Amino acid sequence: MIRRAPRGLAEHAPILFPALMLVVFFVIPFSLMIAVSVFRRVPGGFYEPDLVFANYERFLTAFFGGVMSFSLGLAALVAVLSVGIAFPFTYRLVKLPRGAQIRWLVFLLSILSLSEVIIGFAWSTLLSRTAGITNLFVALGLMAEPQSLSPSFGALLAGLVYQAFPYTVLVLYPALARLDPYLEEAARTLGSSPLRAFFTVVVPGLRNTIVATTIMVFVFALGSYLLPQLLGRPQHWTLSVLITDQAIYQSNMPFAAAMAVFLVLVSLALVGLALLAGRREETA
Amino acid sequence: MLMRTLNSLAAGLIALVLAAPILVVAGVSVNEKKSLTFPPQGFSLAWYAEVFTDPGWRGALITSLVVATLSAALAVLIAFPLAWFLWRWRAPWARAFEVLGMTPFILPPVITALGFLSFWAAVGEYGSPWTVVVSHAVFFVTLPLVTLSLGFGAVDRSYVEAAATMGADDRTVLRTVVMPLVRPYVISGFAFAFVLSLNEYIVAYMVVGFTLETLPIKIFNALRYGYTPTMAAVTVLFVSLTAVVFGLIAWFGDLPRLLGAWAKND
Repeated sequence: MIRRAPRGLAEHAPILFPALMLVVFFVIPFSLMIAVSVFRRVPGGFYEPDLVFANYERFLTAFFGGVMSFSLGLAALVAVLSVGIAFPFTYRLVKLPRGAQIRWLVFLLSILSLSEVIIGFAWSTLLSRTAGITNLFVALGLMAEPQSLSPSFGALLAGLVYQAFPYTVLVLYPALARLDPYLEEAARTLGSSPLRAFFTVVVPGLRNTIVATTIMVFVFALGSYLLPQLLGRPQHWTLSVLITDQAIYQSNMPFAAAMAVFLVLVSLALVGLALLAGRREETA
Repeated sequence: MLMRTLNSLAAGLIALVLAAPILVVAGVSVNEKKSLTFPPQGFSLAWYAEVFTDPGWRGALITSLVVATLSAALAVLIAFPLAWFLWRWRAPWARAFEVLGMTPFILPPVITALGFLSFWAAVGEYGSPWTVVVSHAVFFVTLPLVTLSLGFGAVDRSYVEAAATMGADDRTVLRTVVMPLVRPYVISGFAFAFVLSLNEYIVAYMVVGFTLETLPIKIFNALRYGYTPTMAAVTVLFVSLTAVVFGLIAWFGDLPRLLGAWAKND
């Protein structure tokens, strides 16, 4: 089979359907959203074509700045915590026998595919007064009476790290599974303790992977929408919540679209950085 | 020895924390009274029965299953020809479509959701039941695209050359040589898209949330208007279904390889 450039309609035909679907149902909606962000809002819930930047100017308000910096800070905290726990965990995971590895992977995939709604419900139950973990503490005599731990910042953080953890492990998994075991063995033969070998050989060797994963998890956490509403207080609402609120409940599509465009730019810049960090290691 | 004990302890702790919310919800789901208490008081499977007998919950369950099946099928229909084309021909420009297929999954979902909302509103289809199927298919096309790229990448080109030398045309090669080799990847791509569509909230909510209730939307609405153990029962059913689907993928396919590890004999 010679691989050459396709010629004529017949050879191009297979790509027509996917190309059409992706252009009509992704490129056009996406472009439309960008267009709506400069449209003028008409009182009564609609908008008309225009070229105004008032929606973007609203970013300069203290309220928006607060939401934005909270969202970014929260996502950064979640990313650092998730990678900090997931990296040593994945490092151990890839060394397990194949069967045990597969059982862990199925378990992690199941958690990963849980809806944010279900994670939110599960954690608010776990942290509630009536059905929560504090009942266990009372039974063990560690606490006088059960209490509610949610909504709170801690509850939100726990829920987000819980949601991000399987994602982090699965992003780290290929890099760690392909790690050359000889490097570490060499370090061990030369007398390093396992812990020392981990910190002096494995971690520096995968520095770029760690950076790239942290950025990917950051973008992932930035998208959280339901957990802030279910586990946090209104002051913990993120940009995603604000966008939906403007689009659906305030019927202000132009402003929602402008915020979404902003979120796209931030995310794309970060994903670009992550790819760059990941690539350097591959060529190195 | 100490190291090993510490490692097992840490792994056990992580497993416990990951399982804890589900265990508590499972406990709540068998409560006898209509309240969320843990440890459960009494034992009853009534809330599981309610998922299937209550018209609201049953409707949401059926809606979710239908939407997930159709959108996963459509996602595979979009991803398969694209992945095949990229593998079969030397067409660097076609990579642009691959990147396009990856984008919705990488960006925060609220962005794709808002894009769909403006699009369906503009073409006057906002709220139509089928829009959520198309939206989910495009949103999750990344998953079959990734598994199929891996699948085609694993096809040994010498088989294909042998078949071509014997006079098989493209179509015959695809049907008799390539298809059997990539079938597990088609199935896992479908399964990934199916499970994620089943659990997806924000796109479904923004596109048809007021006219069509999928299970995640139903659960969220129920959360706002008061807790019932039925939610816990639905959650347990969902988690079990997901675990079964991924268990089957692991049983029939090479899960570590699907997730990017190299196969043993590489």
